[in-house]
Amino acid sequence: MSSYHLDHLQYLETEAIHVMREVAAEFERPALMFSGGKDSICLLRLAEKAFRPSDIPMPFLNVDTGHHFPELNEFRDRRAAELGGRLIVRKVEDAIKAGIAVPSPGEVSRNRLQIPTLLAAIEEFQFDCAIGGARRDEEKARAKERFFSFRDAFGQWDPKNQRPEIWNLYNARVNAGEHMRVFPLSNWTEMDVWEYIRREKLEVPSIYFSHRRQCVRIGGRGQWLPVSEFLTVRPKDEVQELIVRVRTIGDIISTGMVESPAESVDDIIREIAAARVTERGSRADDKASEAAMEDRKKQGYF
Amino acid sequence: MSSSIEILRFNTCGSVDDGKSTLIGRLLYDSKSLMEDQLEALERSADITGGGQINLANLTDGLRAEREQGITIDVAYRYFATPRRKFIVADTPGHVQYTRNMVTGASSANLSVVLVDARQGVIEQSRRHTYIASLLRIPHLVIAINKMDLVDWSEARFLEIRSAFESFLPRLDIKDVKFIPLSALNGDNVVDASSQTPWYVGPSLLGHLETVHIASDWNLHGFRFPVQWVNRPNNPRDPRLHDFRGLSGQIAGGIVRVGQPVLILPSGQRTRVKEIWTYDGPLQEAFCPQSVTLVLEHDVDVSRGDMIVGLDSLPGAGTELQARVCWMHPKALQPGRKYFLKHTTQTVQAVVSAIDSRINIHTFESEPNPTELAMNDIGQIRIRIAKPLPYDGYATNRLTGACILIEPGTNATVGACMLEAPQEPVRVEYTDFAI
Repeated sequence: MSSYHLDHLQYLETEAIHVMREVAAEFERPALMFSGGKDSICLLRLAEKAFRPSDIPMPFLNVDTGHHFPELNEFRDRRAAELGGRLIVRKVEDAIKAGIAVPSPGEVSRNRLQIPTLLAAIEEFQFDCAIGGARRDEEKARAKERFFSFRDAFGQWDPKNQRPEIWNLYNARVNAGEHMRVFPLSNWTEMDVWEYIRREKLEVPSIYFSHRRQCVRIGGRGQWLPVSEFLTVRPKDEVQELIVRVRTIGDIISTGMVESPAESVDDIIREIAAARVTERGSRADDKASEAAMEDRKKQGYF
Repeated sequence: MSSSIEILRFNTCGSVDDGKSTLIGRLLYDSKSLMEDQLEALERSADITGGGQINLANLTDGLRAEREQGITIDVAYRYFATPRRKFIVADTPGHVQYTRNMVTGASSANLSVVLVDARQGVIEQSRRHTYIASLLRIPHLVIAINKMDLVDWSEARFLEIRSAFESFLPRLDIKDVKFIPLSALNGDNVVDASSQTPWYVGPSLLGHLETVHIASDWNLHGFRFPVQWVNRPNNPRDPRLHDFRGLSGQIAGGIVRVGQPVLILPSGQRTRVKEIWTYDGPLQEAFCPQSVTLVLEHDVDVSRGDMIVGLDSLPGAGTELQARVCWMHPKALQPGRKYFLKHTTQTVQAVVSAIDSRINIHTFESEPNPTELAMNDIGQIRIRIAKPLPYDGYATNRLTGACILIEPGTNATVGACMLEAPQEPVRVEYTDFAI
């Protein structure tokens, strides 16, 4: 191979940097969605690569469901501060109090309620663009989404009427009240993300590595969920202390814990290489129906 | 898994029922890139809608409407890896009305796979897809002759279809073409060589995808650097950065070295590259498609949309452009319409001054002076722009020779343009600095 050659991570990196700089140049009020999860950790490093030695020219935005893992929020706050960025957190709890997000009777999950909370934050700060860490390999509906994904004045995604995206010419034009979601990691796979974390020596929250935790299996079946104050354990549920880690981070009430001895990024990469289920296989929120993600995305989900 | 492997981007196209989605499903399945929960979901839908038969196409048909109607309505991207390469697959649908999606999926591909049903042979769709691959200057083409099991693995049928292609391929701009007989449904010649085709000595489809030479697909001649973002730190803590003025962007062609003389277009100012700044430290040289930040020797006026180029091969510049356009919007293109034109990192006002011809996809002939171009038409147009653009012919550089048209108001992307080579290189009154 010639020396004028990029390997797969360098190729994905230059593509993502290009996308981020287009956002900074074309939008007036962009934001970068940062949860502290592994994908958005990569986004922050890419933002450093795109904009240093200047400051990252956009605030970080997170929707806090109130059901986050505490380790995740601690990491989120610390990392944002290290980068000298402004972190905006909007809470589902507050959106419920303000009547912006309305739970259905008996609805425990905050997943759906993130949507109105996020849209309200976009309106509050007049963001015309929000960069997210979603990847096309995660899910079938995401596989059809563009890098620059247009949202109408209601925050809706119209999968049948997407703007053609040709070469690296991104059409970033929006009218007042509309906005764009931009996904620089569109072409990355779960493996790419971990290989990038390894190459860049990025810190990730401790819950990605194996640790001892009280876990519960509802009704004694299905996946292990972490025992937390938000989950009522009933007598027929099975509780055990296990050596586990998370593969993907959602809410503490719906994130499956994977039994794993992986203590390092190398261990995780080996584990993914041998994995026989996808990353989102451990997310209860995606299993609701075959079109679960498609339906949420149309309403304005991440 | 090795962490230093290349990415190959390819797209698959064919007409309805040629088995595109099945082929991708087969590649994922046989290269063991499918996970248990995906297989479970497949089996669940097989029980519900497929009478128990697993339908590999359900893996890629992601949206509800597609599953219900059994069609692919938009470009779907898939990812898989083998120990030799990583692959990004754009599954692009074959209906006539979705040509725009093929252009979307194929524009940045290294390789196109055109599927042909062995029973049908070359049909209008096959010609259209091959033509679009040629129009987009995709470096490599595979003609996958599928459903060979339904023609009894007949070598004669394979050769017949191949010569039908070979009768029109010379009129197109494709340099590397490979014909592969296969059965996506049964997996013959997809991942492993098939025992059904002793007369075929070439690689399986995956074997070809893993080994086709793509290192030279990027343009390394003629340095082109569209300035994306001016990088000037506000109140830097590091005093050395007080005067830092970098120009950030992605190299769209060629190689740049520290000390190299460069020209800034359209202003015509001449200077040298003082530093190639990156987050990971300074570089002595950088090449297409790296993203870097250039620091120039002189404090010249440069902003987004300007292009920094090498002196050895200059682009053209002008306000009158000629282009092949693929029209992508239900509202037809008529002469006199005004648009925004986005080329590299700048957007200018444009008017389509004339439609010179429409390409007949059947004969590849130009039909002169059509009154309009409808959605999915390909034609030759003239565009007048409000401000001169530095550009190359698309045949020379896919990044500096391409632009899109955007409709004001709706902001819809309505056309994809491939620019004709400029008549002559840009002529500038050099503003020479003391170098």
